[in-house]
Amino acid sequence: MASVRGAFVALSVALLCGAVGCSKSGDGKDQGATIQLSGSGASFPAPLYGKWFKAYNKLHPNVQVDYQPIGSGGGKTNVIQKKVDFGASDAAMSQEEMAKVDVGVQLLPMTAGTIVLAYNLDGVDNLKLSREAYVGIFLGTVKKWNAPEIVKTNPDAKLPDSDINVVVRADGSGTSYVFSQHLSAISEEFKKSPGTNTQPNWPVGTKASKNDGVAAAITKSPGSIGYMEYGFAKLNKIKMASLENKAGKFVEPTIASGQAALAGAKLPEDLIAWVSDPEGDSSYPIVTYTWIICYKKYDDAKKVATLKDVLTYCLTEGQKESEALGYIPLPESVVEKVKAAMANITAAGDRTAK
Amino acid sequence: MITLPKDQQGIARPPTRWETGSNVAFRAMTYIVAFAVVLLVLFIIFEIGWAAGPAIKRYGFGFFTGVKWDPNTEEYGIRPHIWGTLYSSVLAVIIGTVLGLAVAIFLSERFLSSFIHAILRFFRVQHHGFWGKLPDGLEVLLKNLVQLLAAIPSVVYGLWGIFVISPLVQPMCGWLHKHLGWIPFFDTSYNPYSMLPAALVLAIMVLPTISAISRDALVSVPPKLRQAAYGLGATRWEALISVIIPTAQTGIFGSVLLAFGRAIGETMALAMLVGNANTLSWSLFSPANTLAAMMANTFPEAREPNLISALMYAALVLMAITLLVNLLGAWILQRASRGLKGAR
Repeated sequence: MASVRGAFVALSVALLCGAVGCSKSGDGKDQGATIQLSGSGASFPAPLYGKWFKAYNKLHPNVQVDYQPIGSGGGKTNVIQKKVDFGASDAAMSQEEMAKVDVGVQLLPMTAGTIVLAYNLDGVDNLKLSREAYVGIFLGTVKKWNAPEIVKTNPDAKLPDSDINVVVRADGSGTSYVFSQHLSAISEEFKKSPGTNTQPNWPVGTKASKNDGVAAAITKSPGSIGYMEYGFAKLNKIKMASLENKAGKFVEPTIASGQAALAGAKLPEDLIAWVSDPEGDSSYPIVTYTWIICYKKYDDAKKVATLKDVLTYCLTEGQKESEALGYIPLPESVVEKVKAAMANITAAGDRTAK
Repeated sequence: MITLPKDQQGIARPPTRWETGSNVAFRAMTYIVAFAVVLLVLFIIFEIGWAAGPAIKRYGFGFFTGVKWDPNTEEYGIRPHIWGTLYSSVLAVIIGTVLGLAVAIFLSERFLSSFIHAILRFFRVQHHGFWGKLPDGLEVLLKNLVQLLAAIPSVVYGLWGIFVISPLVQPMCGWLHKHLGWIPFFDTSYNPYSMLPAALVLAIMVLPTISAISRDALVSVPPKLRQAAYGLGATRWEALISVIIPTAQTGIFGSVLLAFGRAIGETMALAMLVGNANTLSWSLFSPANTLAAMMANTFPEAREPNLISALMYAALVLMAITLLVNLLGAWILQRASRGLKGAR
């Protein structure tokens, strides 16, 4: 027994060393004028960021951008503690968080996403949920699939007399923040409790970790509903409900309806806009920008130039990739604004910038 | 003083300076390392306690009785988490002990090898060079296979629970809820992420601990006792129940305690399976939460100082529970083994 256990320890140590060794040797090839940028933060845009940075690396082999999807909160903390070159967050940054960074931060919206209500209910394909219904579901007041609030908007659907199994996020997340912000915007009761938070105290529900955990929980349990990013629902082929928007219309979550929602929102000077309840007939109600957080001052001029170049690539070429992965390409006007805001990012001793 | 000529000196000689020096150095090193371990534990407790300070002051004892965990209103209570931790661990240890002890008895009382031996004898190859080794070899193989369970990462257990165990028990649970729903254990409809699949997976995770240590305890029962029992005409069952297991009970109990300790601290598999809902329920089919799972889920995104402090408080409670369980176990162990001294 001891010998087997010993062998296992030896094996795992060997594997570990192998893995470390590999990554070391992988880093070894970039010598000379290599520029490394490290970032961490939101997991929601991570697939898109990963694609962008890889594509950029192909065009410019001497630039390596390393992005760790550790979550929005962790991304912000790392920015405040200056552990990274840039951060990323779905929940933007509060004034007091920004005040903690002495050199100042510039938030740049990079892409946008919709949050969908994904459900698993046999035989019901085009579920339409009124505001009353979906707020009720997440407050725990609408308990059954054949509750009058749901039946009213789905007269033809065969709704079963079974419990609604609500699935919410167990971990703190930007997705939860945006979703609870939307619910707070449309319901006074929700605003009172649980309210807007990265980890609200949901009165109902099973909790699962991360977007993929929620997706797995919904696919595994018939009769369940939960919120997640559009891309994850699409990837896992989970049915998505049409939601009633501010204008009282039922809108399916698509790239187009997400773009319509963003078009209505005005971006202020600091580029932090919340679209918690967009106007317009064709707007999908729950959309959000997601931001990359840069410092306003860096020590290394070369790093600044590279960072700006990477970001410019993401804002132009990169936007073409968004749709395929389920993200909303930024409207042209927003891209211009973000590009203009990049002028605020400077290197210490750089006299050309303002 | 007489000095013997060189060729008449014995092999005895005073230690060289190097030998004395290395002796002292080794002793010093062991002392330092031993103290370092103790200091490390104290340091961890101190650090967590320090960070938990504000929460202890603010929430005090209400932290244990509160049922709400709301970052928005900053109301933190961990009664559901404590309940979930203890409930899942107790369930897992009960199931794990039954399975683990069975495995240990099967492997220590030569059930398998005598069975294989009988087959070999039927083919008249029991003394064959290769086949003759089969009975013992298979037993070792089986023992190691059970040990292998301990080498599986808990994330893998979590996934296995979600995709295999949970769907597997679903039909049975549906039936139980429908027909025996009046029993508190079955009074909610089955949720795939709930206490029962979590406890089942946890039971399998603690099984290698229980079976390995129990087997060692059973094997080390003095052969005299075993032979005496058989000699008095006891059947195998009688010998097991009234002689062998009672003699080995200290070791068996120790294994159960270790398993309990592991079950309390288990994090990843539970975070994936238990449903993470702050409920207080006897139902096996309702989602629950445990201290370790809650901390793992909450900590990565925790930024508000109050929340972090409350999490540290929860960590302190978890440590205290583990310590309490171990102390209690040690005490029971001491009492249980007192009466058995004569048998050894």
